[in-house]
Amino acid sequence: MAKLLTYSEKNTWIHRLCGVTKLIFFILWSVVGMVTYDTRVLGVMLLLSLILFKMSKTDYRQVATIVKVVGFFLLINVIAIYAFSPGQGTKIYNCRTVIFHIIGPYDITKEQLFYEFNVILKYFTVVPIALMFILTTNPSEFAASLNKLGIKYTIGYSIAIALRYIPDVQNDFNEIKLAQEARGIDMSVKVSLPTRLKSMFAIIFPLIFSSLERIDTVSNAMELRGFGKNKRRTWYSEKKFSKSDYLSIIFVILSSVIAIIITFYDGNRFYNPF
Amino acid sequence: MKNPIIQFENYTFKYRTQKEPTLKNINLTIYEGEKVLIVGPSGSGKSTLSNCINGLVPFSYKGDIKGKLTIKGKTPHKAGIFEMSQIVGTVLQDPDGQFVGLTVGEDIAFSLENDCVKQVEMKERVYQAAKTVGVHELLRHSPQELSGGQKQRVSMAGVMVVGCDILLFDEPLANLDPATGKYAIDLIDKIHNESKKTIIIIEHRLEDVLYRDVDRIVVVANGGIVADLTTDEILSSNILKEHGIREPLYISALKYAGCQLKKESKPSNLNKMELGAFQCAVRDWYQSVDIKEKENMNSEILKVSNLSFGYDDQVEVVSDISFSIKKGEMISIVGKNGAGKSTLSKLICGFQTPTKGMILYDGQDMISDSIKERAEKIGIVMQNPNQMISKSMIKEEVALGLIARGVAPEVIEKRVDDTLRICGLYQYRNWPIQALSFGQKKRVTIASILVLQPKILILDEPTAGQDFRHYTEIMEFLKKLNKEQGITIILITHDMHLMLEYTDRAIVIADGKLIEDNSSASVLTNRDIIEKASLKETSLYDLALRCDIDNPTTFVERFIQYDREVRSNG
Repeated sequence: MAKLLTYSEKNTWIHRLCGVTKLIFFILWSVVGMVTYDTRVLGVMLLLSLILFKMSKTDYRQVATIVKVVGFFLLINVIAIYAFSPGQGTKIYNCRTVIFHIIGPYDITKEQLFYEFNVILKYFTVVPIALMFILTTNPSEFAASLNKLGIKYTIGYSIAIALRYIPDVQNDFNEIKLAQEARGIDMSVKVSLPTRLKSMFAIIFPLIFSSLERIDTVSNAMELRGFGKNKRRTWYSEKKFSKSDYLSIIFVILSSVIAIIITFYDGNRFYNPF
Repeated sequence: MKNPIIQFENYTFKYRTQKEPTLKNINLTIYEGEKVLIVGPSGSGKSTLSNCINGLVPFSYKGDIKGKLTIKGKTPHKAGIFEMSQIVGTVLQDPDGQFVGLTVGEDIAFSLENDCVKQVEMKERVYQAAKTVGVHELLRHSPQELSGGQKQRVSMAGVMVVGCDILLFDEPLANLDPATGKYAIDLIDKIHNESKKTIIIIEHRLEDVLYRDVDRIVVVANGGIVADLTTDEILSSNILKEHGIREPLYISALKYAGCQLKKESKPSNLNKMELGAFQCAVRDWYQSVDIKEKENMNSEILKVSNLSFGYDDQVEVVSDISFSIKKGEMISIVGKNGAGKSTLSKLICGFQTPTKGMILYDGQDMISDSIKERAEKIGIVMQNPNQMISKSMIKEEVALGLIARGVAPEVIEKRVDDTLRICGLYQYRNWPIQALSFGQKKRVTIASILVLQPKILILDEPTAGQDFRHYTEIMEFLKKLNKEQGITIILITHDMHLMLEYTDRAIVIADGKLIEDNSSASVLTNRDIIEKASLKETSLYDLALRCDIDNPTTFVERFIQYDREVRSNG
């Protein structure tokens, strides 16, 4: 559980890249992924993102829950698109090939299916890259990267320190939950939802108090060691830009440009096979 | 020529939120290269004193300052907390909370990062500092992978890397098991000898600190300094006792034996002390103490047999443990951090299901009982009261377990009142919990468990971080519960004093196995067990040896019995 969606140290070329590189890569990749509906571009991106995901040696179990949640939202999204605008495909591709009729305005058309297929593709091109970005980037190094891009280090550091204390708070939570269960506060599915919500307070209240205590210690400890003294600070875990960083950035910029050119070559964001 | 490095002159400090000053007219000089121990009961002002030195006062804790404080020629409240952090390095009490980095290396580097030190130089300095405290092979480890002792060593490296002239240790022993604590004191001593830095240790576990020599002991009480003497002078006097600080046990034993301690006999170190005529006196005293018959307890209330548990198939956290506890007993479970003590208590309370073995309560297997059902037989009180308290008023908090069980309101009213009376909290029943002291909060959590009328109470480190007065207060309360209410009490602890003084029997766990089940006195005089379980032998044992007493275990037992009588009469 504790390892869910946290940085795990492995020695692949993706792990060795700078946080800045990966951030730039992730941002450009997502922008292109969001802008384009061009099936050819999406197809290539999907292939690449799966290859990269594989290369990062990410353990699927670490992301399984997130993939399921994203899958669930994707399903809702796809259904909602169909429910609210069953003719969207026709509008985009300017033709209508009915496969069969359901009810009222609801036809199943080839165009609509193709459009929704593209929506699904978009999810799958961005999600593996996003997960990979989180799992292969050391949070402190990421904070250092943000700082390098001109963002105040206190902001980057607060992300890093939150990640540092999440396992501790998780631990507190479990301990408190057990102690309260022993007193007879039932939080299992056996009791009704309102009772369960009320019971949750019995955990949250002590959790807040023990977290406040923790925050007090942490902020004193940080201040005693000079945090916030200077406008700038250096970073122990900062990485130097290497050749592969430059290559990765050049690669992602070039391919983004190409992808955008291909996408807009025929006047709009869509690839029309019809 | 000794140069003063810290100088308090008629120094008074009052917190903004308080009416009375916490420090009153302090005059204290600490010289360069000295090693000073500051002791004092909770609330005496010793923590405030340390916060004045490192600059948390007045920058984090606001208030009014009168008088003068000079540290290495600087005035802290003018220099600012950051400048002070270059002069004074502080190792805080909680090794977990102050670990701010995601890895050991980063945490040690933290000050250097804030000081804009270049990365290449930083890596070298971090490595050197880590090497001094022996964590240089763990630089890439995350805090979750470290033990309490290792975390503390990382904190030490983190302040040493700066090259401060003064190192301040705020209760360095509070969260460590005895053997690790001994190691920490050794390490501080080594740092002192090698670096010639000025060292200030704030601690109330005096005997454990004195394992290595200190130059001076400063006793703080009621916001003032009541003594500033050498260790030999302090131990020869009654100052410690008068101010609620526990003397080393061998000193108490010598005093009971009627020995007139003088600083010339060097009482600060038992091994170097000149005992001379004292040996005879101790032997006579030993012969004169009668051993009382132990009460015979027959009926068994809890039996654990062949209990095993592991989080996965490979490692067993608890392995084949068997023991039995009699009704009305008060017993300790001891062992180093991570030995499996807490897991054992979780198995007994049903938080975890054993992979093998049985737990019998009153002869009946408890395996099918839910957590809630077990809680009516066996209650567990956690170490940190803040982790248990979930209501704002005392009465509501104590009633919580009964309300959850759907007990009738009149019955709840009565049982809560009865429990509050037993716990001495009845007069506070309508108080908000946040207004209580730590010891009182602890009693509220005990009351909220007792109200369910369990026959067994398990307490995890009930006195952690408490000074001698609060320690005595909590333990005497538990003893009363045990004697008057007949509640069986199991204490999970690594406090050797507690185990020796309050429990006749101790179960020792090491690496998930039960390695000893014997009287506390014989556990603490058994070198082999002490080493395996990271315990620390009692100084009474060494005293017995030095006085040629042939049975040290009996000596320890007699001392404890005598001490209990003296304390319950006095």
